[in-house]
Amino acid sequence: MNEQSYIDLYKEHAADINAHGASALNQHREEAFKRWQEMGFPTKKNDHYRHCNFEQELSIDYGLNLKQINLASQTQHLFQCDVPGIQSYLRYVINDTYVQTSDEQLPNGIILCSLREASVSHKELVEQHLNQLAARQNDPFATFNSAYAQDGLFVYVPDGVQMDRPIQLVNLMNASIDFMGNSRNLIVIGKNAKCQVLVCDHASGTPHYFSNRVTEVFIGENSSYEHYKLESTSKQMSNVSSLLIHQSANSSFLGNLITLHNGKTRNNVHIDLNGSGCDCVLCGMVIGDGHQVVDNSTVINHNYPNCHSNELFKYILGESSLGIFNGLLKVQPGAQKTAAYQTNRNLLLSDNADIKTRPQLEIYADDVKCSHGATTGQLDESALFYMRQRGISEEEARLLLMSAFVNDVVENIRIDALKDKIHLLVDKRLRGEKAKCQSCSACK
Amino acid sequence: MMLEIKDLHASINGKEILKGVNLNVDKGEVHAIMGPNGAGKSTLSAVLTGHPSYTVTQGEVWFNGKNLLEMSPEVRAREGIFLSFQYPVEIPGVSMVNFMRTAVNEHRKYNNLPPLSASDFLRIMREKKELVEMDNKLTNRSVNEGFSGGEKKRNEIFQMAMLEPKLSILDETDSGLDIDALRIVANGVNKLKTSENASLVITHYQRLLDYIVPDFVHVLYNGQIVKTGPKELALELEEKGYDWIKQELV
Repeated sequence: MNEQSYIDLYKEHAADINAHGASALNQHREEAFKRWQEMGFPTKKNDHYRHCNFEQELSIDYGLNLKQINLASQTQHLFQCDVPGIQSYLRYVINDTYVQTSDEQLPNGIILCSLREASVSHKELVEQHLNQLAARQNDPFATFNSAYAQDGLFVYVPDGVQMDRPIQLVNLMNASIDFMGNSRNLIVIGKNAKCQVLVCDHASGTPHYFSNRVTEVFIGENSSYEHYKLESTSKQMSNVSSLLIHQSANSSFLGNLITLHNGKTRNNVHIDLNGSGCDCVLCGMVIGDGHQVVDNSTVINHNYPNCHSNELFKYILGESSLGIFNGLLKVQPGAQKTAAYQTNRNLLLSDNADIKTRPQLEIYADDVKCSHGATTGQLDESALFYMRQRGISEEEARLLLMSAFVNDVVENIRIDALKDKIHLLVDKRLRGEKAKCQSCSACK
Repeated sequence: MMLEIKDLHASINGKEILKGVNLNVDKGEVHAIMGPNGAGKSTLSAVLTGHPSYTVTQGEVWFNGKNLLEMSPEVRAREGIFLSFQYPVEIPGVSMVNFMRTAVNEHRKYNNLPPLSASDFLRIMREKKELVEMDNKLTNRSVNEGFSGGEKKRNEIFQMAMLEPKLSILDETDSGLDIDALRIVANGVNKLKTSENASLVITHYQRLLDYIVPDFVHVLYNGQIVKTGPKELALELEEKGYDWIKQELV
């Protein structure tokens, strides 16, 4: 479908979209649609999407579930995905439909429900935050999401509450025909609170999928928020996901984006440090082969003084895979005593693998410590020989070196059970095995 | 005979470095290979261990009756050839423990033995560390990363102790060592010596041979072994320098 089809579809079905959409999303829909109509989907002429546009993928005729028909009964058998040893509050979004799988009440006033439900039951809280970050993004996909998204996950952690377990959100694409999903998540963390979220992106079966997800996160003063995103989908998957973060004073954020199996993925991360004393760690890793394409496009905005940010992205690219890293680190006027570091390191395993890296620093303050750098290379031949001389096979030596290369990204995971699991999944992935969660039938 | 080298020629990037080396090493023996810079000493150790940058153009190498040149570097290692590197390689992110456990278990697998249990492995590691007076904290780090020159060489001998090779090639093990470290390293090598294994000690200077006493001293010059003698030959070389050999050859 081309742009015109999505314009026509919207006009024709606006009533359905609104009837089955979260009311708080409906409020912004019309305006977002008009903005998107002007933008259209990005082409390679759009500088931000030069190396990773979705022109070809968007020409596919995807089905949409605009009536938000609940697929829970058909997909019950899929609800086994977990990371063993992780006790989590587990929630599912199938394509773009939030599926109620549990009625458990969370302690201490924590709210965990669909955005649609929250738009009614916590109207003020939702409306106060929803779309505040996305509306400022001049991004075609985020804007398209605001026009089309109908539901997603809502999380609220009240002041002073430290969550005892992580929240795990499984985004699963599951359909019998080519399908598109646009979901929207909103996460609001109060003051002095703590929350960890693990997002698992999966795809089941062989249809072509296009997912376009937006997650807005507000981190209150003195609070800590961790966001882990693990993608293990399929070659037919196009995955655009925007993570938009608002950090208040003295808050701490850790983001870790891990892409193991996919088709074409674009992660847009935009972080605003909107108070002094913030700490921000953003890292990620990519293991690619075949024709995988992974684009991590990140912006970290230092708007206030005395903040610290550290960014680290690592790519291991084999065969004909393509990696893209766009990192913009912006230190605004007045953001003195900023310490900001950005690193992108890449390992190319074949002549056809490619990395486009663009580390950027923009500094408008004069008392700051900033650095950035990108390196691209091959496996260290002398290290390989050294290991082989000790009796380690060439294959095993390569695996050890690759696993060592991404080790520091994995070590940045602060949930021990998840860290162990990711070590295992990375090892399996490097051995060419499917990185499936042990008991997730979606991956089988 | 443990190691038989017959008329070995080898080159790198089309340049011939070894020009017909002949050498026999039997178990229980220590052989020293000396020679001036550029004689081909390190090339010999690289060729024996199967370094991919070198091409053997002529000759044969037999190790315990097997054709060494047909084996990959890792199979040579598992057959019992160990090289103590002149410049040990730093491998950030790979822990010493993980590295050593993988290596030991690959050797065991080759010899149809089950992998060592974690506790057995750690116990053996503790014992072998004492042999070279190696600090505990070094084995908790990444392979050679941030090790001093002396620590790296000690780590080589520690690995040698872990893998119990039949033939150890010590390539300029004394370079970069102060006298105390040299003594510790040499002690380690001597403690590992048995009547069943052998060593090839490659060195530029005689001083290491005060500690590791060779049965034979060979002089490698211009890609060939031009002189062989008892341990006293090393002293003579130290006194007269290599020019003496060069003149003798003319």
